[in-house]
Amino acid sequence: MTSTPNATNWTGALRRSAERALPPEKLLPESQPSYVASWIYVFGALTMAALGIIIATGFVLAIMGPTWWHHSSTGHFINSMHLWSVELFFAFMVIHLWGKFFMAAWRGNRVLTWASGVVTFVISIATAFTGYLSQTNYDSQWIATQAKDGINATGGGALFNVLNFGQMLMWHITLLPLGVGILVVLHVLLVRHRGVVPPFAETKDGAK
Amino acid sequence: MTKAPKRFNPDRDVAPWTGPMRRYDIAKEVTICFLVVAVLTVGLAVVFSSPDDKAVTLQQWASATPVDFATTAIAELDGTSGTAGYGGPYNTASPGQSILGVSPSTIIGVHIPVDAAKDFVLSPVAALPDDPLAQQALRSYRSATSTQRATWDAAYETAIASQAASYRDGHLVVPLGNYGPVGVIVNALTQMARSGALDATMLTEQRFFSTDFTKPLLFLSDGNYLANKAAIDHLQGDQWGMMNETGSWPGQAWLWLYTMWYQVPGLSTSPNADLQVWAIMMVLTVVLACIPLIPGLRSIPRWTRVYRLIWRAHYAAKP
Repeated sequence: MTSTPNATNWTGALRRSAERALPPEKLLPESQPSYVASWIYVFGALTMAALGIIIATGFVLAIMGPTWWHHSSTGHFINSMHLWSVELFFAFMVIHLWGKFFMAAWRGNRVLTWASGVVTFVISIATAFTGYLSQTNYDSQWIATQAKDGINATGGGALFNVLNFGQMLMWHITLLPLGVGILVVLHVLLVRHRGVVPPFAETKDGAK
Repeated sequence: MTKAPKRFNPDRDVAPWTGPMRRYDIAKEVTICFLVVAVLTVGLAVVFSSPDDKAVTLQQWASATPVDFATTAIAELDGTSGTAGYGGPYNTASPGQSILGVSPSTIIGVHIPVDAAKDFVLSPVAALPDDPLAQQALRSYRSATSTQRATWDAAYETAIASQAASYRDGHLVVPLGNYGPVGVIVNALTQMARSGALDATMLTEQRFFSTDFTKPLLFLSDGNYLANKAAIDHLQGDQWGMMNETGSWPGQAWLWLYTMWYQVPGLSTSPNADLQVWAIMMVLTVVLACIPLIPGLRSIPRWTRVYRLIWRAHYAAKP
């Protein structure tokens, strides 16, 4: 018995739409246009690599609990890796962002790719910030008492209480990383869907 | 009627690529990147480790600087502390910061109620059942008129601020004055804090489990102990504090723009600085996300021609 495509079947329509937008050769291509030949292109992959290390070390810290790293040398080392991978993540991400700015990488229907990258950057800052609040040490105390004034002035402090350690920890290890993860996947899929932006076409007088 | 085709805009449109392709192994690139970052991270963690200054406790504060602790306690009692006069979301003592006459914190209202006198001083002292003198002082204080309480509070505030105020032989010593039971109450609270009992009392507040440090942190931040320690570590607001880390470690460097506004004359002294800085940052964030749609801004890459560095091989290969 054979089945025939059903135009009203949501699952089939979704699959066909996904296949049209991202056929396998587009999702994982083995070649790129010749202009994709600069070190700046590596920084997107480096950012994702640093995110991978952040998630891996974050998993260990989450499994062992928020105060484990204060009294375990292994915990302190994992925390150090978590910190340095965050520093690298932001360094790579900012270079990636500036690179894409100077390429005007939004050209050719890539506005959503650019905007999703900017939103990922902003959510990443919030994720790192709640991480600093979750250290359970003097630094987190000080940052919390300082940051409260800005957030309270906006009215946001009623829902996002930086002095509430439990609330900040939950934001840090569940809601915000989930947001970053979803946005990064969306961003990468958009990059694969639209492809890498071509250079400006130039005359001898400059870009046209 | 047919729609006229959009005119080509170099800051918005691209011509389809018809040039040559080159081999590119994305999976290999990502794998190598992961290994490089892993090695780099391990190396940085081994060489530089990470900071971990122990959290400050109320016990530590009251033991190190009992007079500052007592000064803060009386400010909580008479309503002159930072928290007592804060406004939303803790209380209604202040109208809150505003822009163009709009105060978001006032509109949102009180969502995390904090009564500084009750939560930081009176209730903790009431939790000392084995101190009949303190309980008697509390009863006297609570049964007095508000005018009488204000007189006692002001007198004790003057006494604790005098040069002669000190902590000797397990007690606060201040010049004599008409402060009624307030001296006993503040002294009891100070001793409670020095014993460590206040940390536990303020955190648990009759609940076994608690992860909310709002009240102890507000109390701590009203005193000078936490702030003095922060000044030594270059963490104060006027020292670009939000982006710094204790010791010499890098902190949240990505907050440089947010922190910068607090150093700008005008904003650094504005009573609405926090709200103004947040408003500026929100606008800038929206602008950054919308650059592709903003004429002028989206032309900067084409005008600056930095792209020629990025695609130098491509342009060099062009006839």
